[in-house]
Amino acid sequence: MKTIEEIFNLLKEKFGDAIIELVSNRPVESFIVIAPLEIDKVCLFLRDNEELSFDNLMILSGVDDANGKNVPDEDGGTKIEGGTVSVYYHLESTKFRNKIALKVSALRENPEVNSVESVWRHADWHEREAYDMIGIKFLNHPDLRRILMPYDWEAGYPLRKDYKNPEFYQGMKVPY
Amino acid sequence: MTYDFFFNLTGSYVWADIIQSLLPLFIFILPFALFAVWLERKVSAHMQDRLGPMRVGKHGWLQTVADIIKLIQKEDIVAENNDKPLFNLAPVLVFVGTYAAFAAIPFSSAYIGSNIDLGVFFIVAVSSFVVAGILMAGWSSNNKYSLLGAMRSAAQIISYEIPTVLVIITIVMITGTLNLGTLSEMQTGHFWNWMIFGGPTFGLTKILLIPFMILAFGIIYTSTLAEVNRTPFDIPEAESELVSGYHTEYSGMKFAMFFLAEYANMFAVSAIVAALFFGGYQSPVGYLGNLFNIPWLVPVEQLFWFTAKGLFFVFVQMWLRWTLPRLRVDQLMQVCWKYLIPLAFVNLIVVGLLTLL
Amino acid sequence: MALKTEQMVLNMGPQHPSTHGVLRLELELEGEIITKVTPHIGYLHRCFEKHTEAMTYPQVIPYTDRMDYLASMYNEFGYAVAVERLLGIQVPERVDFIRVIMGEFQRIASHLVAIGTYGLDIGAFTPFLYCFRDRERILSLFEMTCGARLLYNYIWVGGLSHDLHPDFVRSAKEFVTYFRPKIKELNDLLTNNKIFIDRTANIGILPKETAINYGISGPNLRASGFKWDLRKDDPYSIYNKFDFDIPVGQGSMGTVGDCWDRYYVRILEMEESLKIIEQALEILPEGDVTSAIPKRIKPPVGQVYSRVENPRGELGYFIISNGQVNPFRIKVRGPSFVHLGVMNELCKGHMVADIIAILGSIDIVLGEVDR
Repeated sequence: MKTIEEIFNLLKEKFGDAIIELVSNRPVESFIVIAPLEIDKVCLFLRDNEELSFDNLMILSGVDDANGKNVPDEDGGTKIEGGTVSVYYHLESTKFRNKIALKVSALRENPEVNSVESVWRHADWHEREAYDMIGIKFLNHPDLRRILMPYDWEAGYPLRKDYKNPEFYQGMKVPY
Repeated sequence: MTYDFFFNLTGSYVWADIIQSLLPLFIFILPFALFAVWLERKVSAHMQDRLGPMRVGKHGWLQTVADIIKLIQKEDIVAENNDKPLFNLAPVLVFVGTYAAFAAIPFSSAYIGSNIDLGVFFIVAVSSFVVAGILMAGWSSNNKYSLLGAMRSAAQIISYEIPTVLVIITIVMITGTLNLGTLSEMQTGHFWNWMIFGGPTFGLTKILLIPFMILAFGIIYTSTLAEVNRTPFDIPEAESELVSGYHTEYSGMKFAMFFLAEYANMFAVSAIVAALFFGGYQSPVGYLGNLFNIPWLVPVEQLFWFTAKGLFFVFVQMWLRWTLPRLRVDQLMQVCWKYLIPLAFVNLIVVGLLTLL
Repeated sequence: MALKTEQMVLNMGPQHPSTHGVLRLELELEGEIITKVTPHIGYLHRCFEKHTEAMTYPQVIPYTDRMDYLASMYNEFGYAVAVERLLGIQVPERVDFIRVIMGEFQRIASHLVAIGTYGLDIGAFTPFLYCFRDRERILSLFEMTCGARLLYNYIWVGGLSHDLHPDFVRSAKEFVTYFRPKIKELNDLLTNNKIFIDRTANIGILPKETAINYGISGPNLRASGFKWDLRKDDPYSIYNKFDFDIPVGQGSMGTVGDCWDRYYVRILEMEESLKIIEQALEILPEGDVTSAIPKRIKPPVGQVYSRVENPRGELGYFIISNGQVNPFRIKVRGPSFVHLGVMNELCKGHMVADIIAILGSIDIVLGEVDR
């Protein structure tokens, strides 16, 4: 069983600049930050390497980091400009009982992250959910549609911190 | 006998005909359906460790009456895109098919709606009417679930008619008659004269016949169960798959017609089984009327025995329904074509050889 | 001449008796054979995760109840464990024991619903009512403990809302002795029924590798022959103190990982839960259950992914804290959500009636799928 530092060094050796940093000064959980367009290759390596064999993706979560500037918008509220949105990957090896967390961050305006659907089929619906809720576009995803919201929801992505409910949806009043 | 009585009473053949033909509907089928629905609820409730209807009347015996009143009051919904003539005709056809079968059923030596020589054959023929009604209902509902249910139902009823008829032929071979009245008369005396115990044959043939008769009974009971769409063969209306199959779109009285037809049908097939194998209206032990020399008591007792036998088989149908899961549609066909039909054929041949002895 | 045929699209749901909630399955059919299943979800979507952003940590608990409403106790349990790990606090031993007892009772209750409704899906009505009769007794135990029968708000961060009712231990023991023979009765009535086996064996086979790749967990994963239970493999609370087995699918009626195995693993798990409850009731320590509840919950900046073995599988909470009293982000990995994703894989080539059998056997709760 390898520690997260060992895995970080191993990845750094193999992928170089694609591996950005190891964040380990947080309580409870450390994670490795990875470039968004390299994540699928890194994940494939993590899954197929015999010494790591992270065969189980426990959870994939999209997060709005809300680290941009708050600017006032047209109708008196505020919206966030700039900053990033992130995706967290929690992996597990059922063979070595080892766990690891990865993170990718992408620009908030047009977040694009490579899909890991081809590595773990489990990621399929979670990526759709992250797209639906945060608006992260997963490149190479076979079926990137909204999943929980209606397919024709046009008012944006609900889990973004500056999301506002629309007044009407298909002519129906939304706030009850 | 009853026909002559009504003729004397009214003095007209037409009136006697009408009364004779409506008699089973009003004194038998309607009360029976009400009772059977209540019985089904009570049987299922007690099998499932609960009480069932308890509020309307003592132990809820008026519950079905209340339900019927509710159903009559309900709006008769016909959807925009239904094929209206067929949609309206279907429940009638289903009920007619079922009701016509009662014409040839011998309730007692004094009452057979129509004592025709082709009795059993007639019943098999007219009850096929039901298939047409069900197909109509499924098609005209303009609903995919209904259509699937109707197709399944048609396939099932037609398939299961084959083993039924084969078993009937087996019986006919022994008795040499298709007339249900004569058939019942032949099984008179004590219960060892019933067809299930070899019928009115004697000696070695009788003993040899018994296992084959029991097999034949098993086959016909299974296949009639399928013909009336009861669990484990309730695939056409499998509520967990097809919502309720061909009568999904029906409401109010039209739905009640299907419901009534189902329960009437349950009794009809039970009655056929009883008439073929269990002596029809014959008492297993003898009659009180003969004992005390009261001639009019005998037909009444026969009616009692016939109803009791029919009800017993209806009860077994309910018992099976609340115990068994349901088969899948292909497994259902498999049971019919791979097991029941070959078995029925073998049975037919063996019984044929035995009767030659 | 070949007949012209075309595929039929059949919408199963949103209102359908066997979709176990408001789920729409779009089936593409070739006769009665299925070529493709597309689940459409979201009819119960309440965006629980958005709500939590405006709430303090303890206020989230009633919301977790409403996700998997058949296993509310366990949702609270999982959430409490997650926040406690984020805070780094220890709970008194009695609290842990009571949580385990409640959790296992909840597992039995949830499995009873799963088994009962599965029987109903296959067409057997009676086992369903037998299961609900027995579940009723568990709900009465819960009612005795916290006053609620379905949504409890009982397990709090750092403790419990109330101590046990003085009569609880006796009633719980009574239930255990009452329930053991009922499992046998259920086996006689349904599990070993020939028709039931015909309907479920060799249907919807899920091989082990596919299962792991799809993130399947809990009884469904174990039925595929993989001995994996978070209570043993990633122990939380005090599960390492108890002696119990992890039943796995043997393929005794068909192939490993078929519907029958998924069903039977649940039956076996109920017995294991009874074992745990018996042991826990035997050595239940005394103590105060509210003493460790923090007055104000304000975790440090950080994140945690914590998971528990819910009756349906791996229930995980991913919580990010930015040092405020409100969570910055809570994401739930609900087992039902994950399991529903494998439907298409399982159903291809089966018949319409098998969809019901497969959907029932993976045991989803739509409240948790849609959150």
